[in-house]
Amino acid sequence: MKGRTDEQAHRAVEAVARESYGRLVALLATRTRDVAGAEDSLGDALLAALTTWPRDGIPKNPQAWLLTAARNRLTDHARHQQVHDHNVPILQLMTREFDEIADPDALPDERLKLLFVCAHPAIDPQIHTPLMLQTVLGLDAVAIGRAMLVAPKTIGQRLVRAKAKIRKTQIAFEIPSPDQIPQRLEAVLNAIYAAYGNSWEDATAADPRIAELGQEAIWLARVLRAQIPEDPEVRGLVALMLYCEARRPARRSADGRFVPLSEQDANDWLMPMIDEAESELAAAAQMQRQGRFQIEAAIQSVHAERAHTGRTEWTAIAAFYDQLMQVAPSIGGAVARAAAYAEVRGPEAGLALLDQIDPQAVIFYQPNWAVRAHLLQQLDRTQEAARAFDRAIGLSEDDAVRAFLTEQRDH
Amino acid sequence: MLYALLIYENQADFARRTASVETDEYVGAWRKYYQAMVEAGIYVGGHPLDVPETATTVRFSDNKSQIQDGPYANTKEQLGGFTLLELPSLDAALEWAARCPAASYGAVEVRPVTFEMERRITD
Repeated sequence: MKGRTDEQAHRAVEAVARESYGRLVALLATRTRDVAGAEDSLGDALLAALTTWPRDGIPKNPQAWLLTAARNRLTDHARHQQVHDHNVPILQLMTREFDEIADPDALPDERLKLLFVCAHPAIDPQIHTPLMLQTVLGLDAVAIGRAMLVAPKTIGQRLVRAKAKIRKTQIAFEIPSPDQIPQRLEAVLNAIYAAYGNSWEDATAADPRIAELGQEAIWLARVLRAQIPEDPEVRGLVALMLYCEARRPARRSADGRFVPLSEQDANDWLMPMIDEAESELAAAAQMQRQGRFQIEAAIQSVHAERAHTGRTEWTAIAAFYDQLMQVAPSIGGAVARAAAYAEVRGPEAGLALLDQIDPQAVIFYQPNWAVRAHLLQQLDRTQEAARAFDRAIGLSEDDAVRAFLTEQRDH
Repeated sequence: MLYALLIYENQADFARRTASVETDEYVGAWRKYYQAMVEAGIYVGGHPLDVPETATTVRFSDNKSQIQDGPYANTKEQLGGFTLLELPSLDAALEWAARCPAASYGAVEVRPVTFEMERRITD
């Protein structure tokens, strides 16, 4: 009997940690402006819950219990340090504020403020996304390192440095004023999209936290849209992620094999999500300010049209990639543009565009080799194609993609 | 929070302090900036520093003090002065730094004052 209560309590701690970690860190940090302190005190509170809840039962409002416990840790710590800490009265005020809230959903959501802090221009831009993944989404340094292909130790040190800067310089936890938003927003949007991209690429995510990242990223973008409805790029990002997310069920066959976009059955796409993406993109277009995310969403919109028309308008896609490369040039965009032009003008034209990209920049970029292999094969340049396939297979991270490319090579 | 705004200027900017044609404009911009800070009630203190050629750098090594003519760092932009402001957040300090005349022709570095260190020294 005891064992079962233990297990239930442990599961409750785990559930509240998974669902509410970022919310609770944001609530604490918004009031103390100390992200590291908020995380440490919440960690202590979760540990305390693991011993207390099996003994005393799971509290009615677990979030409020954890907040109170974390707050007490912070107050103790400030007293212990015997420093004049302006946070103590703030923390005491916070107790009363939260004790009166019985419904966990009624707790204020401060994650957006935390997001703007993570993407603050005073913080090293390279750490914006990892910082967001850790503080807002609760990923640990190991998972972030895996998602971002960086050593966890390096990430850990840079996260510590960033949090120290937030605390020592007292970066404000607030939604920036309207004139500041454009400058700050880009970093926030990039961080959200990077979080989404990490979950997208890892289609067979072994870590459930990474699998949930995509959902969380979309959710954050939606919160952002509610807060800043007049920015077309926010809507563009929401649309872009929804288009991609709508295709998730079609990316794998029933037996787990990789299905490329061109061979996906449009009946497997989630149409309500595509409809929502369409209306977001239309609303963004009304605001008449073009941007990277709107163009990328427009490209996905053309792909989505196949659900209605049965065909893909590659000319339109190629034209959007031209625009994208002017607004926000990238290696990924250049390779995708070559693939689009190959569909319009034939494989030779595609190869010519691939050859225009700096070879050093794409030597380890998997899509470059996959597209090249595909085009060489169409031209019956079999040996070169096989070499390119081998390179693409060697650079793939996903078993299903490796299997797909191997099959294509031996076709 | 107390923030220090460290003002960096290059040789030509320092020269504007005395070149009669441009002096009015240079001093005028600083005067307006100073008045705005005082009126906002955030100005705590600060001073312009004399030109880098007046600097002398001292190091103690090999059991004796080494005295060297010139500023500590031999860079194109040199410390030209500092301002102390009482503000609620880094963001507010960055806003005031952006308004500083030196932000448009030189650079302004924003640093929080550390009272923790100050207490350890002065207590």
